[in-house]
Amino acid sequence: MATNVRTRDGGPATSRSASRRSRGEAPFRYLSTAAGVALLAIMAAIAVFLISEAIPALQANKANFFTELTWEPNSSREFGIAALAFGTVLSSLLALVIATPVAVGVALFISHYAPRRLAAPLGYLIDLLAAVPSVVYGLWGVAFLVPLLRTPSQWLNENLGWFPLFAGEGIIGGKTMIAGAVVLAIMILPIIAAISREVFLQAPKMNEEAALALGATRWEMIRMAVLPFGRPGVISAAMLGLGRAMGETIAVALIFPATFDITFQILTPHANSIAANIANGFGEANDIGRGALIASGLVLFIITLLVNMAARFVINRRKEYARAGA
Amino acid sequence: MTTIQHISTGRRIKDRVVQGLVYLAFALAVVPLISVLWLVISNGLERFDLEFLTHSMNGIGARDAHGGAYHAIIGTLEQVLLASLISVPIGLLTAIYLVEYGNGGRLSRSISFFVDVMTGVPSVVAGLFVFAFWILFLGFQFSGWAGALALSILMMPTVVRSAEEMLRLVPGDLREASYALGVPKWRTIVKVVLPTAFTGIVTGVMLAVARVAGETAPLLMTVFFTNSINNDPFNGPQMGLPLFVFDQAARPNDTAIDRAWTGALTLILIVMLLNLVARLIAWWRSPARGR
Repeated sequence: MATNVRTRDGGPATSRSASRRSRGEAPFRYLSTAAGVALLAIMAAIAVFLISEAIPALQANKANFFTELTWEPNSSREFGIAALAFGTVLSSLLALVIATPVAVGVALFISHYAPRRLAAPLGYLIDLLAAVPSVVYGLWGVAFLVPLLRTPSQWLNENLGWFPLFAGEGIIGGKTMIAGAVVLAIMILPIIAAISREVFLQAPKMNEEAALALGATRWEMIRMAVLPFGRPGVISAAMLGLGRAMGETIAVALIFPATFDITFQILTPHANSIAANIANGFGEANDIGRGALIASGLVLFIITLLVNMAARFVINRRKEYARAGA
Repeated sequence: MTTIQHISTGRRIKDRVVQGLVYLAFALAVVPLISVLWLVISNGLERFDLEFLTHSMNGIGARDAHGGAYHAIIGTLEQVLLASLISVPIGLLTAIYLVEYGNGGRLSRSISFFVDVMTGVPSVVAGLFVFAFWILFLGFQFSGWAGALALSILMMPTVVRSAEEMLRLVPGDLREASYALGVPKWRTIVKVVLPTAFTGIVTGVMLAVARVAGETAPLLMTVFFTNSINNDPFNGPQMGLPLFVFDQAARPNDTAIDRAWTGALTLILIVMLLNLVARLIAWWRSPARGR
């Protein structure tokens, strides 16, 4: 390979030149290729070392890892991922349901509604949401959002308690699943909005102008010319947001009350997630406990990997969206 | 002459309703930002004094006021610097490979795909990986360096993506002009392509730094905790500013909560400053300004 160096445009091969200056060509090429391969190696290493360090703890587990609800690896050596995985999926899906409509609205606002002069600064404002560190959102959630949600939660429980998500006896409100989900929604909103915005901006101008020329209102133009074009982009943006919500740790570690049960009652203080459990449990864990946490991290890694790969697959099918990602 | 028909009331109302909803969505998204900033500033200013910035938590009792985040600020700066030193060369070289040498082959396509996938690796998983590899498998201690390793994993994909984008923006004419003068490809990249893309790459790196500076989860299992000043990132546990906030927020006393808010304010100031400087560089050198 090294002797067969081509220029990008298939021009005269520089490798044949024996000049002193071209001596760096092969090492430089190797170096940059090695950096790329190193990235692949890191991804592989993450999987390998998580598996190898999780195995001893999994062998010491006295319960079924996939069905057990409790997490007692330090004392009785019984732990399972079921309740945690359920919490991760439920909180992320709730966050997605809350965030996606708002994010699409924000994206449309910036791409088609805001005055052109203001669009860029307003978009930057939304991007700032992503710059706020996770731990700050956690602090904000506990101090502001949790008290704020108490009254609406109790109202929902009293009046719409027949609906499974709003059901529950005893304590309503406080450090609930819904509080965590709202914080997650705020955190994933900027990424969904940013990608959707890029996609909406790429909608063919000709179609938009044609729709307007035929007498369509702005909404009809968006519905006919922008949304159909942007749908795959929005779907993959939502999936990227889902992956991010699943891996989000510190904010939910501060908000979730760390219970180990499976319940759909999002207004009661029963919530936990894989990532929150790792953050809350790592300090006190012994060897088996840390191994168990690594095992749960492996599960999280696999879930987010699948979600992200699916999202990237959707994006890459329409290659023009790829630039908007990252 | 025919007149243009008026838009029916139903369609007009629908258009207005959607417009209202879109504006509402934007307002909904801005409210939490303002609320977060307001709360952090109003609660954080209370302890935002010289003592906070110049003292550690060493010898501060559970219920005492006083104490500060000096040890955490030092830790964060060192960890982020080390993480940049690891991830920027690897990220930049990978971007160069993808743009200049990859030629859309199978290797470059899979690297490109996994860079995207890597952006989605949860920060806590990066921390667990470094814990499993560096501390359990290789047997090293908790240290700032281990934290930097975890942060660099989170930085790399961001650096690759932004650098790649900037390198692709460099006009092919520049490269061809350089080749035509007999300059070998690698010299062209180092002397022509990289300088042209330089400010864009710096912006991308700073945004990546701003992103990882706020990460708490990976520090939890690599840097661990300390209340005292440790200037050496290669020996013994360190502290990080996000970790400081998390630690103080989990304590039950008001004095600790106050410190958490001030820590959050300091952290936001650092992150926003990095963001702002990055955007200013981008704006300053943007083609729209005719440079």
